[in-house]
Amino acid sequence: MRQIIDFFVRNKNFILFIFLFSVSLTLLFTSSNFHKSYFLNSTNLISGNIYELNKSINDYFNLRKINENLSLENKNLRESLYNLNKKNQEYKVFNARIIKNSYNLNNNFLTINIGNKDSIKTDMGVVSSKGVIGITDRVSENYSRVISILNTNLNINAKLNNTNYFGVLNWDGKNLNVLQLNDLPKQTSISIGDTIITGGNSLIFPMGIPIGIVTSYKLDNTQNYIEARIKLFNDMTNLSHAYIIKNNNKKEIIELNE
Amino acid sequence: MSLMNKTVSYIIFGLILILLQQIIFNNINLFGYINPLMYILFIIYYPIKNNRILFIFMSFCLGLTVDIFSDTLGLHSASCLVLAYLRPIILKISFGLAYIHQVIKFQNIGFRNRLIYLTLSTITHNFVIFSLEIFSLTNFTYLLQKVLLTALFTVFLGLVFSYLFKPTNK
Repeated sequence: MRQIIDFFVRNKNFILFIFLFSVSLTLLFTSSNFHKSYFLNSTNLISGNIYELNKSINDYFNLRKINENLSLENKNLRESLYNLNKKNQEYKVFNARIIKNSYNLNNNFLTINIGNKDSIKTDMGVVSSKGVIGITDRVSENYSRVISILNTNLNINAKLNNTNYFGVLNWDGKNLNVLQLNDLPKQTSISIGDTIITGGNSLIFPMGIPIGIVTSYKLDNTQNYIEARIKLFNDMTNLSHAYIIKNNNKKEIIELNE
Repeated sequence: MSLMNKTVSYIIFGLILILLQQIIFNNINLFGYINPLMYILFIIYYPIKNNRILFIFMSFCLGLTVDIFSDTLGLHSASCLVLAYLRPIILKISFGLAYIHQVIKFQNIGFRNRLIYLTLSTITHNFVIFSLEIFSLTNFTYLLQKVLLTALFTVFLGLVFSYLFKPTNK
């Protein structure tokens, strides 16, 4: 017994190290699941406020007001665009400011300054004036976290403009603003410079939001599908305003499919 | 200065480093993705005569705070821990006999020793952090590139800082 206690006392540094190291690894691997570790993220009050302060120092007062008016106007225009030729109001749009944006990691996230209070929920599409930005992931009272399109865990349904061939868009973590479009059928008539837009298959984005253009393509390893490289329209390193799209029929469609 | 005051002043030093990291250093983006990880100066310049348990624990807390700010839970804390745990070995390699006889003072070590010490510490830390972040061996050259470039940048800024603001610890 004595020897066991001695052993622990002698190796206390190493035991503490191993203990804390496994704690941090556990945190690392569970938090990549996005939904765990609920309160330790940038949507929480203190760090969220510091980011907001940081951002507000950088903004000029007047420009900010003008930008907000413009973004509100854009919000209304977008809302009527997405609901064009539809009987009921299918999509609702919210405007927000991006207060934190990361793009140099493998799994990037953004933080926007609206949350639960403005009826933001998880899994809503986020776009900017140029194209898709990501999908909301975690929502607190006043802030929400958005999985960036530059996140190796995010897959988005996308298709070639003017065709009905669908593929899956994701990021390999290597090149900023360059994504991969996989699983396009072999017979697709694709050429360099084609525009990629969101497909209507998802409940998150309405059909036809621009994403990027094809810069190169080749057959993948199975020789049955085309794998294309897509250059984003958005410059993900330079974002300030975002529009969040809510699908009013989502609940109904999910219930129908259950 | 009493031990308690000293610890408190080091915690404040750490907090300032974290704030600087978030507000300035994370926004440098040299070549698009290279950001110096300056907060590890806290671990590097922590007094040599210390309570090792407290030191390891504080390094963990430092990493965890950085993690909370950057949405990478566990990443920075794991690498800070490894650096804090391995620091005696790095000190031994960098300073040799002077470390064993406990006569080093950070404010008057020579340029060469300082360079070796900073480089070894930063590379250790960056290697752990980027291996965990990328987490695959298929991109090994990319990993090495990221480790070396970030380390180079951090060491350079670390040297500049250590001559601008000489640590005042005794």
